[in-house]
Amino acid sequence: MIPPRFEYFAPSSIDEAVQILDRFGGEAKVLAGGQSLLPVMKLRLAEPRALVDINRIPDLAYIREDAKSLRIGATTRTNDLNDSELIHARYPILSDAAYEIADPLVRNMGTVGGNVSHGDPANDLPACMLALGAHFVVRSPTGTRTIPAKEFYQDTFVTALESNELLLEIQIPKARPGQGNAYVKLEKRIGDFPIVGVAANLVLTTKGTIESAGLALTAVGPTALKATEAERHLVGKAPEDAAFQRAAEFAQEITSPVSDLRGPAEYKRAMVRVLALRALHRASARAHGGA
Amino acid sequence: MPSAGDEETGPFVNVHVTVNGAPRSATVETRTLLVHFLRENLSLTGTHIGCDTTNCGACTILLDGKAVKSCTILAVQADGRELRTVEGLETDGKLHPIQEGFIEEHGLQCGFCTPGMMMCSVALLQKNPHPTEEQIRRAISGNLCRCTGYVNIVKAIQHAANKMAGPSGGGRP
Amino acid sequence: MTVHGGVGQSIKRKEDARFVRGKGNYVDDVKLPGMLYLDIVRSPYAHARIRSINIEKALKVPGVLAVIRGKDLEAANLAWMPTLMSDKQMVLPVERVMYQSQEVAAVVADSRYAAADGVAAVEVDYEPLPVVVDPMKALEPGAPILRPDRKEQTNRIWHWEVGDREGTDKALKESDVVVKENLYIPRIHVSSIETCGCVASFDAMGKLTVWMTTQAPHAIRTVFALVAGLPEQKIRIISPDIGGGFGGKVPVYPGYVLAVVAALKTGHPVKWIEDRSENIQADSFARDYHISAEIGATRDGKLTALRVKTIADHGYTDAAANPSKFPAGLFHIVTGSYPFEKAHVEVDGVYTNKPPGGIAYRCSFRVTEAAFTIERIVDSLARKLGMDPAEFRMKNFIPPEAFPFKSALGWEYDSGNYQGALRKAMDIVDYDALRKEQAEKRKRGELMGIGISSFTEIVGAGPSHTFDILGLKMFDSCEIRIHPTGKAIARFGTKSQGQGHETTYAQILAEELGISSEDIAIEEGDTDTAPYGLGTYASRSTPTAGAAASIAARKIRDKAQKIAAHLLEVSPDDLEWKDHKFQVKGVPDKAKTMAEIAFAAYTNHPPGMEAGLEAVDYYDPPNLTYPFGSYICVVDIDKETGEVKIRRFVAVDDCGTIINPMIVEGQIHGGLTMGLAPALLEEIHYDENGNMLGGSFMDYLLPTAVETPKWETAKTTTPSPHHPIGAKGVGESATVGAPAAIVNAVVDALAHLGVTHIDIPITPWKVWKILHEKRAA
Repeated sequence: MIPPRFEYFAPSSIDEAVQILDRFGGEAKVLAGGQSLLPVMKLRLAEPRALVDINRIPDLAYIREDAKSLRIGATTRTNDLNDSELIHARYPILSDAAYEIADPLVRNMGTVGGNVSHGDPANDLPACMLALGAHFVVRSPTGTRTIPAKEFYQDTFVTALESNELLLEIQIPKARPGQGNAYVKLEKRIGDFPIVGVAANLVLTTKGTIESAGLALTAVGPTALKATEAERHLVGKAPEDAAFQRAAEFAQEITSPVSDLRGPAEYKRAMVRVLALRALHRASARAHGGA
Repeated sequence: MPSAGDEETGPFVNVHVTVNGAPRSATVETRTLLVHFLRENLSLTGTHIGCDTTNCGACTILLDGKAVKSCTILAVQADGRELRTVEGLETDGKLHPIQEGFIEEHGLQCGFCTPGMMMCSVALLQKNPHPTEEQIRRAISGNLCRCTGYVNIVKAIQHAANKMAGPSGGGRP
Repeated sequence: MTVHGGVGQSIKRKEDARFVRGKGNYVDDVKLPGMLYLDIVRSPYAHARIRSINIEKALKVPGVLAVIRGKDLEAANLAWMPTLMSDKQMVLPVERVMYQSQEVAAVVADSRYAAADGVAAVEVDYEPLPVVVDPMKALEPGAPILRPDRKEQTNRIWHWEVGDREGTDKALKESDVVVKENLYIPRIHVSSIETCGCVASFDAMGKLTVWMTTQAPHAIRTVFALVAGLPEQKIRIISPDIGGGFGGKVPVYPGYVLAVVAALKTGHPVKWIEDRSENIQADSFARDYHISAEIGATRDGKLTALRVKTIADHGYTDAAANPSKFPAGLFHIVTGSYPFEKAHVEVDGVYTNKPPGGIAYRCSFRVTEAAFTIERIVDSLARKLGMDPAEFRMKNFIPPEAFPFKSALGWEYDSGNYQGALRKAMDIVDYDALRKEQAEKRKRGELMGIGISSFTEIVGAGPSHTFDILGLKMFDSCEIRIHPTGKAIARFGTKSQGQGHETTYAQILAEELGISSEDIAIEEGDTDTAPYGLGTYASRSTPTAGAAASIAARKIRDKAQKIAAHLLEVSPDDLEWKDHKFQVKGVPDKAKTMAEIAFAAYTNHPPGMEAGLEAVDYYDPPNLTYPFGSYICVVDIDKETGEVKIRRFVAVDDCGTIINPMIVEGQIHGGLTMGLAPALLEEIHYDENGNMLGGSFMDYLLPTAVETPKWETAKTTTPSPHHPIGAKGVGESATVGAPAAIVNAVVDALAHLGVTHIDIPITPWKVWKILHEKRAA
């Protein structure tokens, strides 16, 4: 219940923050919402030498659209996704997911950046990032770079983020006409980690066939998984059950779920199919202007 | 404010907060959890601790008006900010509608989860003065209760909503 | 004249005034000058020899003052202590640890944070030993003997049986139909939102005061006196506000003893408050019964016999909280609401490398296990006979005219009207319409189920001829004193942990004494002032202390009658107690209220009579009480995911006379939720190395407001003939009756696929597996 001691910094600029991270060479952790970090520190499963509290850095929390992208600042609170009419109207996959992350109290503190970059295969937003084709803007002492989500998740708790880098912004391709997306989560009890989660994003041509597809999975592998084969299969097809069934089967094939307190592997694999179908149908309905 | 910039702070830090409208402060270790700061340094023991994995919500308070779990926030993160705890619900001897609601509708039994439930409810009603039952149940899904089975807690919150939204009770913070 | 706050009124609770203001006084709110903190080092191994415990580093941690180890306790003969079942339990081990998370050493420091740092710095060298987690394997020849200190070298703790073994065997053999089910009820944990803890403090005169999360302060005081050798008048146990008990705050945990030892050693008050993970991993498990039940009937559906065998997994020592003659508690209520002529029950307690216990989880003593067994197997039998489960129950219930009813296993049920309760539940839920709906849905391949549970429970332990805990008889007490201005104070030997005693006891007394409940102060929990009692658990308060309240009040009325006669200048026989006052028979305006009488008791009492107006009663209940009910649960199952959703749940309860309907309803709501929990969500398992799986709230999932349905409640009222006001108690009924209703509903939804039982908790994947296999087949 009691965390170990650490050195504490509350920088007021991004540059200061990354310099401190650099100085500690991997032994400092970023404190944003703290809803993943502080619990593991309280159990003494993690004992970082230093915490870099980024909550005092201005202009890191925003949700805005420009000509090309939806841009979400890293310290945007998870509940802000729920509260945003823009997100509900044009990127409902994110409010679907946000609505199911932990509980409302945790969501008031937990950040989008934290959920996206923690590297926990049970976090819900990474699959959404993969399905949407997101990019992450990160800063280090030497400059800024952009990492595509599909290159970001390397292994359980291992991401492409270097220990001296700070996630600044999430960029998602701007919503287009004919686009619909959804996130579906199966859990043992509300607020729990997912048994399985599926994120689906469809963009339809004016003729109504699938122009591009994003399909990604939560909690059935060492990281969130992008179902590339399934996505390829969907392109050019009619957004109907036949194509979705096949895509769901492709998605199942890439999974390596573990049997644990949230179900046997066999069940999780079967649920990938069930949820993929539900997510694709809902994304398609939204692409057609439904809810 | 803790030392700004990249100057190290610690192991102790001076934390200044406004709690229930009053300025309070104490010097604590940087690792001090906000819930311990409230209970031990400020002697506000109405906020309770029921778990060690951020699940039960007994520690719920309002931080700048938002309902949060004070066991998973460092006291130093609250520096310079406004806190509201159960002790701040009653004003000038008059109970807050949520407190009345819990009494009228038998929304508590052992009372241990109650402060957290009420603080969560206050935040809900500030944001959504006319919540549906489903919205209420969702809003308190991060607050566990073992005694009541939640039915009367929902009624208590509805009671408060009706009171606050009424002609004479409207706008109660 | 009616009295304000009498029996049957839904008055608001007095205790709420402090709780809604955050002014409750729970143990962790207690703060004494110079107070130190105790934290505990715990074993990561389920079974290991302790090679060494190195405390050097820990003693150097800033703020740490002392570290206590088993050998320190051994010197004071405190390394072991007796359990409530007369087994023995380690306070701290000297040689071996016996379960994961067992207490190994205690760190005392000047702050909570320093104590935690101290715990992290203690170095223990363990030599792992073979682990026994399967109680069946523990009984096999060649299994490691976990308790070499016992006389008999076996992992069997005890064997207990009751009933007619030969008669039952014969009756089953001769039955037209016999159904057998194996039911495993896994470990669960009460997890009241407040964990356990205490503050121990010796004053300058050597008197020990312990603020403790305990449901039974007097019993604890006596146990401390006997075990620690402290004179009992120099021990004060204060049970302040308790954040939920449910049985989990009955046992004596090592942490309490360690805090007392630390207070003695340091000369300062010492606080110990456990974390939630410690609470789940080391304290108060419930259930863990492996049950095999067989039930027989005639061809036309009349029950004949019941045979139940159980293996009870108790962990490494029998630290159950049962009355001493009943190591399996009141499990032999398993004949339930039915008049079996032949029945036999046997239970074997077994040692394993798990935390000790076997305490109630809001269910009297093993009564949920019993009700679950009978209501599940009756359902299976009905289905085998092709009979509707409601019809089958109606046909077989003990009829109302048969009460008091003597069961084949020795209980005398006080009163009941099982048909009435089930009929009412069926009407409320519109049972026939549901069956029609189910038939139509089944044609379309949709899964819907209706489950019934018609339970009889047994509470209010208990009569002195049969019941004791460590020799202490299970009476309970009430002491009343009425002040000159007509207000009163009453103290009890019980201890509320949310049940609302400050309100309900005042209501009983208001009714009996004609004093407004607002004017009656109720106190419990301080052993220096409260009369001796056995505490609150197993729904015993209303049946025992509630009865004591009535009897004590009537003793006061006896004296009051004489004072009234003196004031009115009549003979006491000329008076009657009517409309909450003493009136001259036939002359209603010649009367005296209790307030007038009370004043006179101090200013104008009859010559030769003692002044004052008070009484005490220690009530020895003549029997237990038998609340009952019928629950009907409607579920819908998602065919693809296996998720079970409770669409509707109707609970008809009968607890006899209802003191406060609002409070009773609240108890039912809470009890139903703690019935849903093990049916669908909660379980504790161990892997083969004795590692607990799911030892925190992250994995041990309690129901939230989202899973919990909108419970529908109703009542019938069949008073207890032997209780002074006909009340039976109700705190645990719903936890006893609900699990079977939910499981019966799920099995009912899948019965057409040949399913007869699913072990709890019914997770989505268990349902999915059944559907998957049936589809494949």
